[in-house]
Amino acid sequence: MAFLLPALVLLGALVVYPIGYSLQRSFFDKSGEFTGFGNYVTLFTDDTILTAIRNNAIWVVLAPTVATALGLIFAVLTERIRWGTAFKLLVFMPMAISMLAAGIIFRLVYEQDPDRGALNAVWVGVHDTFAESSAFPKAHPGRESPLKPSGDGGFVTRTTVKAGEPVALPLLGVPKKRMPDDAAPARAAAAEPGKVTGTAWQDFTLGKGVGERNAPDASESGYPGITVEAVRGGEVVDRTTAAADGTFTLSGAADGARLRLPASNFKEPYNGVDWLGPDKVLPFLGVNFVTLSVILAYVWMWAGFAMVLIAAGLAGIPRDLLEAARVDGANEWQVFRRVTVPLLAPVLAVVLVTLMINVLKIFDLVFIIAPGDVRDDANVLALQLYNSFVDRDSGVASAIAVLLFLLVVPMMAFNVRRLRREVRR
Amino acid sequence: MSAPDTTTKPAARIDATTKTAARTAGATKAAARIAGALSGGLMQVFLLVVGLLWLVPTIGLALSSLREPADISAGGWWEVFTVPSQITFENYAHLLQDETITGSLLSTVAITVPSALLVVVLGSLAGYAFAWLEFPGRDWWFLGVVGLLVVPVQVALLPVSRLFGTIGIFETTLGVVLFHVAFGLPFAIFLLRNFFAEIPRELLEAARLDGAGELRLFFRVVMPLGGPAIASLGIFQFLWVWNDMLVALIFADSKNPPITVALQQQVRHFGDNVSILAPGAFLSMVIPLAVFFAFQRQFVSGVMAGAVK
Repeated sequence: MAFLLPALVLLGALVVYPIGYSLQRSFFDKSGEFTGFGNYVTLFTDDTILTAIRNNAIWVVLAPTVATALGLIFAVLTERIRWGTAFKLLVFMPMAISMLAAGIIFRLVYEQDPDRGALNAVWVGVHDTFAESSAFPKAHPGRESPLKPSGDGGFVTRTTVKAGEPVALPLLGVPKKRMPDDAAPARAAAAEPGKVTGTAWQDFTLGKGVGERNAPDASESGYPGITVEAVRGGEVVDRTTAAADGTFTLSGAADGARLRLPASNFKEPYNGVDWLGPDKVLPFLGVNFVTLSVILAYVWMWAGFAMVLIAAGLAGIPRDLLEAARVDGANEWQVFRRVTVPLLAPVLAVVLVTLMINVLKIFDLVFIIAPGDVRDDANVLALQLYNSFVDRDSGVASAIAVLLFLLVVPMMAFNVRRLRREVRR
Repeated sequence: MSAPDTTTKPAARIDATTKTAARTAGATKAAARIAGALSGGLMQVFLLVVGLLWLVPTIGLALSSLREPADISAGGWWEVFTVPSQITFENYAHLLQDETITGSLLSTVAITVPSALLVVVLGSLAGYAFAWLEFPGRDWWFLGVVGLLVVPVQVALLPVSRLFGTIGIFETTLGVVLFHVAFGLPFAIFLLRNFFAEIPRELLEAARLDGAGELRLFFRVVMPLGGPAIASLGIFQFLWVWNDMLVALIFADSKNPPITVALQQQVRHFGDNVSILAPGAFLSMVIPLAVFFAFQRQFVSGVMAGAVK
C-alpha cells in the first residue's frame, strides 16, 4: 500500500475532493448564502454565460469534426507518398507548442490591417483581383468647382452641358502614391461637333498648387478610368470612362444633360475581413467571426493529433482486405468509403470523443486570440469560469465547474468502458 | 507504389488472339497507371500546398520576431523577402536582458522539471502496485483512477486554491508542481500499469526468489524494464506542464510567473507589443520543439496511449 499512498493522497486531495467541494459550493451564492439552484438559473439566464454555452456547443460540434476530417484525409493521402513522414511531422508539430504561442501566432495571422495581417493581405489581394476597386477614394471638388456633391457619394455638374463645348471636371485629393500607374498629364479635351467631350483630372500639382483653376495644366494628372455618366431627369442617358489623360467623349445624347461622377469612383478601398470581430459569419448561423477564427487556430493545432492516431489505425487494416475490394472492381473512393472508413470507425470515435473532451475545456486559445473588447462574444465556459473566479463569484464559478464535469461524464463513461475492455484483455 | 507490370510479358508468348486481348488489357492498364500518376501528382501538389499552409503561420511568427517595432507597425513580415536588411536580432537581445523574461523562463524550468520527475516516480510506484501487488478491489481502484483522467482541471481551480491558501502554498512553485502532478497521475498510472503488466511473471518471481524485497524489485527490475513507457510519460508531462498557462495563471507566484503567464500579460496591447511577444513566444517554443523533434517517437506513443487529455 505504501506504493500507492502518495499518488492516492494527491489524487484524493486535489482531484476527488474538489469535485465534492464544487458541487456543494455551487448551491451557495457569492457571499456564502444558500441559494439552492440559483447559480444554475444564472447560468441559463445571464447573457454572457449563455453566449459561452452557445459558443461551447459550436466548438464541440465544429472543432472535433473538422480536425478529424482533415486528419483522416491527411492520413490516407500521406500513406502513399514518399515524403509522407515529413508532412506528418510538419502538421503534428503545433501539438508540441503552447496554446499561448499558437495564440500569438494566430493573432498575427488575423490582424485586421491588410498591410500587417497575412490572412487579410491574401484576402484583399484576391478580392481586388475579382472586384473592381475604386482608384480615387479621397477625390473631391475644390473651391469654385463646377461640380457639387450628388448626395450619394458621387459628384454632379452644377449646370447642364452642351455638345461641342468641352467640359471641365476638376477634382482634388488623390495622394500621388495612390494615383493609378497609367495616369498621364491632363489635357484639355478638343471640341467635337455633336458630341460632349471633357476632362476629369486632378486640378493640383504638388508644389505648384492648382495652377489655373478649373483648367487642366500639363503638370496635372488625368484620372484614368474614372466613370462619367450623363444624367437627364434622373436617368443615365450615356456613360463612358476617361482615358489616361482624363479626357472622355460622350455621344450627342448627353447634350443638355448634367454630367455625374458616380459614387463607385470614390469607394473606400476594401479593407479585408475583421476576423476577430463579433459579426456573424452568416446571419442565419449563430457563429461569429472571432469564434470561428479561434476554432481555426485550434484545428491547426489538433488536426495533427487526429492524423497520427488515424494513421496508426490505418496501418492496422489488413492490406489484403483493401486488395480484395480493388480486385472486385471497387475504385479508390469506394474502397475508402466502404472499407477503410468502416474499419476505422472505432479509431475515429476515439479521436472525436477525445477532441470533444479537449474542446469542452478550451481556454487559452480564446483568452489569447480574442481581443479584450470581443472576449464576451467569443466566451466559452472555461473562460467564463476563470472570469467568475477572478471576480470572486465562487457560486457561479462552482456551478460552471459542475456543469463542465457533468458534460464530461458521458465521455468519461465511453473512455472507461473502452479501457476496461483493455484491462480485461 | 507502382510495381513493374508483369502481366504483359507472359502474354507475348501466347497465341495471336490472346495477344491482342492482352495488349488491350495492357493498354487500359497503362492508361490507369497514367491516370494514377496524374492523380498522384495532384495529390502531391495538394499535400504540398497544405504543408505550406501549415507552416506559414509559424514562419510569420519567426520573421516577425526578427523585425524592429517600427518595421512591424509599418508592414507585414513578408516584407523581409524584399527588404532582407530588416532582419535584426535586437528584439532577442532586449528580451534576454529583460529580467522579467529570463526570470520567467527559469521559473518555467523550476516548475516543469520537478513536475515531470514526480509524476514519473509516483506514477511508476502506483502503476507497479496496480499491476503486480495483490490487494482487495484492485481493479476497481484502478478503474476509479482511470476515470479521473477526464476530470477537467477547471473543476479544481477554486477548491484547490482555497486548500493551498489554508496550508500556505498558494502562489508558490510547490503548489503549482503538486497540482500538475495530481492531474498528471491518472494518465501516468494508466500508461505504466498497462506497460508493467506486460513484464513476464517469471522475471519477477525469479527476483523474489533471489530474496529481493518489493522496493528493490521495483527499482532494479521494474523501472529499467519500463524505460520506453517512462520516457514517453516524462516527455508528455514535460510538454504538458511547460505549455500550461491556466494552472500557472492561478497558482503560480505572480511576482515570478512562468513564461506563458509573463507573455500573456503583454497580449492586452498586442499591436504595440509584437516586438516582445513574437520573440517571447518563439523562445518559449524552442525547448518544446527541440524535445518534440528529438523524441518524436516517444511523444507519439505517449499521445496514442493517452488519447485522453
